[in-house]
Amino acid sequence: MIKSELIARLAEQNPHLYQRDVERIVTTVFNEITDALQRGDRVELRGFGAFSVKRRPARIGRNPRTGDSVSVAEKFVPFFKTGKELRERLNASGGGSAGTDPNAVPEISD
Amino acid sequence: MAGNTVTRAQLSEAVYQEVGLSRNESAQLVESVLSEICDSLVQGESVKVSSFGSFSARQKGGRIGRNPKTGEEVPIAPRRVLVFRPSHVLKEQVNRHLSGSAREESAVD
Repeated sequence: MIKSELIARLAEQNPHLYQRDVERIVTTVFNEITDALQRGDRVELRGFGAFSVKRRPARIGRNPRTGDSVSVAEKFVPFFKTGKELRERLNASGGGSAGTDPNAVPEISD
Repeated sequence: MAGNTVTRAQLSEAVYQEVGLSRNESAQLVESVLSEICDSLVQGESVKVSSFGSFSARQKGGRIGRNPKTGEEVPIAPRRVLVFRPSHVLKEQVNRHLSGSAREESAVD
């Protein structure tokens, strides 16, 4: 599913809204998440997951072909951690709707 | 990192400000956006949002894990995990803002 298909599905469920408004809703949601990450904030959406920014410190890397050392600058990468409910639904038997079997997946905590 | 946490409440408020539906309906629509994404992923369909990133479900095989605290072996069953790959645009935006001036304060993970 791509963004335009997401918009189409939502528009179908909400016939009282203009397609243009549905588009703005979807765009706003992703813009808000992007803005938060740019500020270094976390975005926590229970049941769905959490977006955060991780810092990768500067390091000395190597060109794998030549073996030359290269300095790699510090950088920040967006990170997503799946929420508990969604993780359980992904592994519910049948892979269909409504997860009822949490399946007791052992969690490697971090 | 340094800052605050954004939740559904802020997303709904932004939709409310931007689109001009009621607060209640704005909140419901934010919920619908998230649940549509979840449903697609649970059905094994990946979700791609241009200039943001893509979500996809990946099948992982079973393996023997270890409880890092006790060293005990724990079997990990085969499972599906969700992977988010941020788009280049998102990565660049995040880097542009954070690796500049704000570096000193936000340097802690």
